[in-house]
Amino acid sequence: MHISLRGLAARHPAAAPDSVPALQPVSLDITASEQVAVIGPSGAGKTTLLHALACALRPAAGGLTLDGVDPWTLPVSKLQQLRGRLFLAPQTPPLPPRQRVITAVLAGRLPRQSLLASLRSLIYPTGIAQAESALTRFDLAHKLWDRVDRLSGGERQRVGLARALLSSASLWLVDEPLSSLDPSRAKLAIETLTAAAREAGATLVCTLHQVDVATRFPRVLGLRDGRLHFDLPGAEVSAERLRELYAQHEHELLGGPAAAGDTPPPPPQAPVMYCR
Amino acid sequence: MQEPAAAPALPSPRHRDPAWTGRVFWLLAAAVLVAPALVATEFKPWLLFEPDALKATRRFIADFLPPKIEGEFLWLVLVECWRTVAIATAGMALALVIAIPLTLISTNAISISALGGRMHTLPLFVRQATRWLLIVLRSIPELVWALVFVRVVGLGPTAGVLAIALTYGGMLGKVYGEILESDETHTTRTLLRNGAGRLQAFFYGLLPHSAPELTSYTVYRWECAIRSSAVLGFVGAGGLGQQMDNSMKMFQGSEVATMLIVFMLLVALADQVSAWLRKNLA
Repeated sequence: MHISLRGLAARHPAAAPDSVPALQPVSLDITASEQVAVIGPSGAGKTTLLHALACALRPAAGGLTLDGVDPWTLPVSKLQQLRGRLFLAPQTPPLPPRQRVITAVLAGRLPRQSLLASLRSLIYPTGIAQAESALTRFDLAHKLWDRVDRLSGGERQRVGLARALLSSASLWLVDEPLSSLDPSRAKLAIETLTAAAREAGATLVCTLHQVDVATRFPRVLGLRDGRLHFDLPGAEVSAERLRELYAQHEHELLGGPAAAGDTPPPPPQAPVMYCR
Repeated sequence: MQEPAAAPALPSPRHRDPAWTGRVFWLLAAAVLVAPALVATEFKPWLLFEPDALKATRRFIADFLPPKIEGEFLWLVLVECWRTVAIATAGMALALVIAIPLTLISTNAISISALGGRMHTLPLFVRQATRWLLIVLRSIPELVWALVFVRVVGLGPTAGVLAIALTYGGMLGKVYGEILESDETHTTRTLLRNGAGRLQAFFYGLLPHSAPELTSYTVYRWECAIRSSAVLGFVGAGGLGQQMDNSMKMFQGSEVATMLIVFMLLVALADQVSAWLRKNLA
């Protein structure tokens, strides 16, 4: 999928309408089946950029086109169809704790399945082989029938990625796919992800905290304070540029985990009142 | 109201309890609020212990003893008991038919237009209208519905079933909606953002999250429906209540006593079943 951003700015949906956008106006083109890594310190606007590309966030200014179409001019049903061709994998794997792994993976097919077919698959899973082969590529085939809440954080993250392989999306937007994986698993996961996207002919946009992984991508976008700091082939991203990008955030450059407080804690939930 | 006067010298201001004034104020405020309510309801408990009242009470209770234990009558009570459970269960089934579609329409969590920021006007209006409908359904007590339906379909269990269906449909719809909204919506929203339909997102994201809570609330309501269907019998909607009403009007205290005991056993049993089900579902 060809992506074109023209002065696109975006802000978090909960932010005040007159606040500074988390993503300042940015213009760039990503051609079909390109693979792009997005790096930058915490709060640089990486996730906001992904959400804007996923049509999950209405632009605050400027615009984007996907294959030449401005998604926000489409009627709701057409926009939803277009969203079926995008795959957004959030950093926290979106898996219901009591669901089984197979169901969670098969949920990747939902946009191209009729409601009846998807309900039928809840009664007895259809496409067991596909789900297993997707999980095999992430070294998780033995967890096919387990419940999600029996998995470790890293396993959940890989299940979330395996879902992408079942989608028929032509744009994959993956947010921090390696955040809870150990180095060897991370290597396997990113290799599988890039190879699978290439096989599917899909464009891959991937935010990363591991700069050594990111610089192996053909193209790297450096974001800082919501602005595009550089847009270079991975091989040309020098140590000097990285130091500039991560100035005052050096601990993140050294491979440390994202600073605590990266995502605000969920608001306390009101208890359900069991009376009438 | 005042600090103990026994203290020879007032303690220094630092040692005085700063919450004391507030506590006294709220105590007095509560009294001021309750007093008119007691006057309005002519609350005079001592009337219970006047000789006339005591005599009537004694006669009524004496009538209860011994409870009537007779093969044929016991069988009748058991049949009515079963009918009460049947009214409750059929009413709940119908209530679910009302509540589930209305919940699906009214819940914000599976809104597609809200993904882009704010929900569009039409879906917002439809959701709000559905919520109002639920409020109307549940704010009319089932007893009133039963009185209406006894006029419409005549004496008998049908009126009870319909009354429970309408009130409980509204109740279930509202609480289901609250359960779904209070759940975390990350999984559901991600499915919607990836292009899934509303119902697909419901079945693959929202339902697996909240199924235990929804089921447990449904079972609890079923238990409530059993108790309430016995009361509905008093206005002619069939079941144990109607039988109890008949016996009371005939001054058959021993029959009433038997039925009360059986009813207590029934409620205890439903309580146990419901607690067991909910424990195993959680």
